[in-house]
Amino acid sequence: MHELALCESVLSILQGQAKTQQFDRVKTVWLQVGALSCAAPDALDFCFRAVTAGTLADGARLEVIRTPGQAWCMRCGETVMLGERYDPCPQCGTFEVQVTGGDEMRIKELEVE
Amino acid sequence: MCTVCGCGQATQEGPANSHRHKPHAHHHHHDGHGHDHHHDHRHGDGTDTFDFGSGPAGAHVPGMSQARIVQVEQDILGENDRLAGRNRSYFAERNVLALNLVSSPGSGKTTLLVRSIESLAERFPVAVIEGDQQTSFDADRIRATGVPAVQINTGKGCHLDARMVGDAAHRLDPQEGSVLFIENVGNLVCPAAFDLGEARRVVMLSVTEGDDKPLKYPDMFHAADLMMITKTDLLPYVSFDIEKCVEFARRINPEIEVMRVSATSGEGLETWFEWIGRRRSAVVPSQSSASEARA
Repeated sequence: MHELALCESVLSILQGQAKTQQFDRVKTVWLQVGALSCAAPDALDFCFRAVTAGTLADGARLEVIRTPGQAWCMRCGETVMLGERYDPCPQCGTFEVQVTGGDEMRIKELEVE
Repeated sequence: MCTVCGCGQATQEGPANSHRHKPHAHHHHHDGHGHDHHHDHRHGDGTDTFDFGSGPAGAHVPGMSQARIVQVEQDILGENDRLAGRNRSYFAERNVLALNLVSSPGSGKTTLLVRSIESLAERFPVAVIEGDQQTSFDADRIRATGVPAVQINTGKGCHLDARMVGDAAHRLDPQEGSVLFIENVGNLVCPAAFDLGEARRVVMLSVTEGDDKPLKYPDMFHAADLMMITKTDLLPYVSFDIEKCVEFARRINPEIEVMRVSATSGEGLETWFEWIGRRRSAVVPSQSSASEARA
């Protein structure tokens, strides 16, 4: 998986924020990772520790906030919850659904000092 | 998890080109809302085989109660998306149609590409960016057809990203009105997340791989505009159900277009060329450009 590259991006954002928001160390990172995003939380955690070793976030805790998958069902004309990209609409059973949420990968906030 | 996926040292043939992400900043403070803080002190032990900094334990000073909460709200892929946007503008300024070709290794991307170039290069300018972990074998095959090609070696990286493609595109300097094929690293997982600034994304799936791939690798099929089922000349010898495959792909992506091709028998190639021609017409203002007239 590409989680190592994603964690490099996270670190890069942390380093940028350290300058603009004036902090030296990152103690906790809250990541919002949607159920339909292409990142696996366990892999993120593993890669985060590898990537941040020896940096301002060395030893920082990674908190992953999972958000559920959401889709617009064209048949039902409403927003429904989706567990996986290949799941049908839980109401009508068709696959005429378009993902509308739960595919994000965002840094929400940091605990810093 | 793929432990070889380290984006460490992307190189384009020739001078090393380090792959870094420039931070861009948002700033907005909000005062600390209290919360507990536990750490486990796991510092790089065993995991630092990735060579991402030495990271000896011990530099940590716990208990300095200066902790505060900082809101960030940034997409992890924000920087890649910004660079992809820049690539998109670059392609638009030059009326270049960029196609991102993704698939697993061995689906026949390069063979199909070589076969396509032989026909397309007579009709309009063609250029190629080749992505592989190592070697310039593919770019060599492309250059043998006479069209310009740049090879990106991602090193340990498992996908192309927008910065690599931007650098390669500038080096390639594609002619006005070109079709630029970007052959991504063979991998049905990682390239899905990385926008390169392409106009269309084409996923190739060979009949020897199995018709259930769209469900096994949904992110890739979700992100594609066109699914090409390749090596169809082998259909009599394998149990690959095209209808089932298409049905699976449309569960993930109801809008996905589907085409079946064989670089060996020539099946579907003309349809593929017409598809490219139509997409190119949409980005090139006039069909009667000099290069068209030459064809």
